[in-house]
Amino acid sequence: MFVTLLFYAFATVLVGAALGVVLSRNPVHAALFLVLAFFTSAALWLLLEAEFLGIVLVLVYVGAVMVLFLFVVMMLDVNVAQLREGLTRHAPLGALVAGIMIVEIVYVVWVRELGGTLGPMPAASVASVSNTKALGAVLYTDYALPFQLAAVVLLVAIVAAIVLTMRKRPGYRQQDIAAQVAVRREDRVRIVKVDPAGRP
Amino acid sequence: MNLLLSLWTEYRELIVLTVEIIAVMLAVVISVALMTYAERKVIGWIQVRHGPNQIRIFGLPFFKGLAQPFADVIKLLLKEVIVPTNADKFLFLIAPLVALTPALATWAVVPFSPEFVLADIDAGLLYILALTSLGVYGIILAGWAANSKYALLGAMRSAAQIVAYEIAMGFALVGVLMAAGSLNLTDIVRAQSHGYAAYGWPWQAAGFLTWNWFWLFPLMVVYFISGIAETNRAPFDVAEGESEIVAGFHVEYSGATFATLFALPEYANMILVATLASVFFMGGWQSPFDGYLAPTSLLAEPSFMWLALKILAFLFCFLWFRATFPRYRYDQIMRLGWKVFIPITLVWIAVESAMAWFRVGPWASLG
Repeated sequence: MFVTLLFYAFATVLVGAALGVVLSRNPVHAALFLVLAFFTSAALWLLLEAEFLGIVLVLVYVGAVMVLFLFVVMMLDVNVAQLREGLTRHAPLGALVAGIMIVEIVYVVWVRELGGTLGPMPAASVASVSNTKALGAVLYTDYALPFQLAAVVLLVAIVAAIVLTMRKRPGYRQQDIAAQVAVRREDRVRIVKVDPAGRP
Repeated sequence: MNLLLSLWTEYRELIVLTVEIIAVMLAVVISVALMTYAERKVIGWIQVRHGPNQIRIFGLPFFKGLAQPFADVIKLLLKEVIVPTNADKFLFLIAPLVALTPALATWAVVPFSPEFVLADIDAGLLYILALTSLGVYGIILAGWAANSKYALLGAMRSAAQIVAYEIAMGFALVGVLMAAGSLNLTDIVRAQSHGYAAYGWPWQAAGFLTWNWFWLFPLMVVYFISGIAETNRAPFDVAEGESEIVAGFHVEYSGATFATLFALPEYANMILVATLASVFFMGGWQSPFDGYLAPTSLLAEPSFMWLALKILAFLFCFLWFRATFPRYRYDQIMRLGWKVFIPITLVWIAVESAMAWFRVGPWASLG
């Protein structure tokens, strides 16, 4: 009962936040609504006893990805009037995409009435089995190679992103940190003996 | 009376938990107040001056100055909250709460003693990482909503800095969970007591040599320094940078919003980082004399006292650093986080894997 109430509360917030992402005029507000949407879906996952996935969703998407999103959005000077110019021209395409998605969702939700069968409900997890441990056991045994492959793909993406931004510009000057750190007192300071009485 | 009794029997767990949560929160808030006093006093002594020494508790003749933080709180709460004209009013007012909530919620999984922890969850370490990464939203929102260029600059600096150091911090904690084999904080503390029974005296005891600090020393250094950077404390306090950007993200805040945006989360996070450093690397509530003294004696028993002593030692380092180090240059902060700490942690994780493979040190008991 309590869990059902929580589910509907979170679901309402989630749908509201998702609407906010699309409808808010201010891009920073939209990004913040997206943060709220991620956070609420993490709460829904916690209700489904998928605590590892829920916490990782907060850690990765809310804690890292959205921070960088906000970072970029805040630096942009978005001109809302300019954005709205193409609205009527692109509206049919947007409506088509939205219509297809609605049909898909309705199909999945009502799949039973359309003649399909749903799989059996998964059994409730046993309290003694740790969610994290179970995921780790599968990930590092059965799926060890695909898991590492995914890691390598991500690494390649990171390296590629860094390489793309590295270009030589004329007149580019760089600090040699090692040389800066290696500086000693003798290189910079010269002690001059000055006779206070002013004699040469 | 009967009604009360039936309520008590029905909702006993809920009531006890609520009382415990309120007790922990009150303890954290009072610690924050005392921490601001300790900071001014310790830095005062380091700089050969007195620090606060006037305001007394109810005019009592001892502990002069101890009531200073409480007087400050009353002063801040009574001041007017000024919202800048072109600020985003809703975000401006909600930012302090966004900063405060994760700073308090993280305490739920901290094991205070062998018996007392609010939520003994299996993914405790992940929960801490997730919630500490949320703290930056308060700062970003405050900086953006104020509609001031200094505040925005402070928010940008803080966001970049926190994202950079979170990675080093996460890698340092990967070493911890490799040593413990668990994400549960209580298990992490317990795992640090694996003794070296095979090595004989004086190694026979658990003692402080089996705590993580000894085998994961580079990771502890990285974790603690990253913690200082994550809390925006000196020498990494460029988000405030009063000499360049006035006061950074909280320049437009006043009164109660200033207190809840700046003072409470920052100091609560400081205490949290000190607590977590003790839990992850210094054996948490374990006694350093465990195994050397009789197990029934007060000094050998694991208790909250030991955790508190370790927390205080780490907190003193926070104040000590602030009094002694000049502020880092911004590009050097980035260099330290990305190019020094992350390689150090990666190398040490490899070393640790080798130690575990060859059953060296704390892994010897695995046979």
